Amino acid sequence: MNQVPDRHHPGWSWWYLLFILQFIGVLWPPFYNSAEPSWHGVPFFYWYQMLWVIVSAILTALVYFATKRP
Amino acid sequence: MQNVNWVALIVFVVLFGFITWLGFKAAHWRKGDLDLLHEWGLGGRRFGTLITWFLVGGDLYTAYTFIAVPALAFGAGAVAFFAVPYTIIIYPILFLVFPRLWHVCHKHNYITAADFVRGRFGNRWLALAITVTGIVATTPYIALQLVGIQVVIGAMGVSGSGWAADLPLLIAFAVMAAFTYSSGLRAPASIAIVKDILIYITAFAALIIIPMQLGGFAKIFAAVPAKQLLLAVPGPHTTGAYSSYATLALGSALALFLYPHSMTGILSASSGGAIRRNAAMLPGYSFVLGMLALLGFFAIAAGVKGMPEFATGFKQFGNNFAVPALLLHSFPAWFAGVAFAAIGIGALVPAAIMSIAAANLYTRNIHREFINRNPTDKQEAQVAKWVSLIVKVGALAFIIFVPTQFAIQLQLLGGIWIIQTLPSVMLGAFTRWFHPWALFIGWAIATLLGTWMAIGVHLQGTFPVPVAGWTFPGYIAFYTLILNLLLCAVLTPVLNATATRIPDETVAADYHP
Repeated sequence: MNQVPDRHHPGWSWWYLLFILQFIGVLWPPFYNSAEPSWHGVPFFYWYQMLWVIVSAILTALVYFATKRP
Repeated sequence: MQNVNWVALIVFVVLFGFITWLGFKAAHWRKGDLDLLHEWGLGGRRFGTLITWFLVGGDLYTAYTFIAVPALAFGAGAVAFFAVPYTIIIYPILFLVFPRLWHVCHKHNYITAADFVRGRFGNRWLALAITVTGIVATTPYIALQLVGIQVVIGAMGVSGSGWAADLPLLIAFAVMAAFTYSSGLRAPASIAIVKDILIYITAFAALIIIPMQLGGFAKIFAAVPAKQLLLAVPGPHTTGAYSSYATLALGSALALFLYPHSMTGILSASSGGAIRRNAAMLPGYSFVLGMLALLGFFAIAAGVKGMPEFATGFKQFGNNFAVPALLLHSFPAWFAGVAFAAIGIGALVPAAIMSIAAANLYTRNIHREFINRNPTDKQEAQVAKWVSLIVKVGALAFIIFVPTQFAIQLQLLGGIWIIQTLPSVMLGAFTRWFHPWALFIGWAIATLLGTWMAIGVHLQGTFPVPVAGWTFPGYIAFYTLILNLLLCAVLTPVLNATATRIPDETVAADYHP
């Protein structure tokens, strides 16, 4: 059985490494466990994580379009 | 019945009536032969990108989520926000792993994860382990959705003693059981559209209007006790709340898609591309979830716990009453009715999908594997319909007769159990290098150890692992998964040397379009 991906079915793309950003961004709490700088009264801890929701959606969309088969 | 909030209740009942009608009509949507298991149990695999978005969103974001996450924020503060990083990291996992699973399941008509494991590794006992884990982990989860319905019914003032108290729940439930039986997955898929629209409306209304009522975000966060506003900074020689938070997010993310109902939602998509697009679109729900967590803080700032009209509610439901109380306090009764309908319907959709998923597992991986090896299509679908009914009745009985706290603890254990299927299912999507018996042993030992650890900490989620004078509190599911992976990796070369392998039913090309 041929387990090696052939040209028509790329198993890997370097674009996937973008996803690591999301993991690093939110899985290190000491980095964002603070109240300042706050934004419109919302402490950093909260708006930072909500911002990552938006950023990660954009990253995923990016990877989707970059790796889409024509 | 003198405290019934009639306006809210009428709105609630009208909306429920509408989705009941929709549930039955759904049998004719994207028409298919509902005597075929994949039509009943996977909606014929016809749901395009948008329907999949509503279905998977409705599936993953359950009534329990909307009640329990804010309740945690209300009671414990910042730690509840783990739900946000959790939902941030699930989507790369969805994007990378599940289109592969979709393609191979589509090619071989696999309906469940256990079907896939059986075909990939050729070992019926490993497949049985996956099956039993799936069914056992799902059942308390269904029961907890019913808790969500109980809370909103109680919030509308509908009460009574003995059977009368549970009557509305029984009615809601019977209705859901009926349309699931007749329409299969199409029912919750169609209703999920209504549910998700209502949830988005409620969440945005709450996020915009309530802060205006309370005087702005600065005031709201100022009302949260200082100790709970952020994660507690760990003391000496411990990673404290930091490792708990991160491992809780990561462990929950890894476990989520292993649940049978997630798999069912995903496998019902019409293509791998629909799944990938959804990985970019589903974060919309994450955003709503983050906002809902903040509702717990809004409830603190609004001071609902001290208000006399909510005293009985808090007494009966504890912190789970925070969101209903907040909604009743902040909105006119008719909108509270809409919001409660959103939560109530938000319980029925995942409960329906969960029962279908459990039924699919039993039908394919227990009944067909061990009881009747050659069912006709009609027999297969019939078994599934009956099992989904039995599972629902079981969950209902559970929630009526067993204390809620027990259901919550069982659900926690369920998370620890389901994550142990990761090596077989998620890694199996990429490689068959692991020996099936290594996978089985890894699963068994990690499950037992995880259960023992959980009991050891009185069914809290995290266990303080001591290493070289330091303590690393972390989510039990995460730690036991690591052990599981190590065992699989170590035992595989050993077993490969001794035993022969049954050939893989699948080939590399099956995992791609």
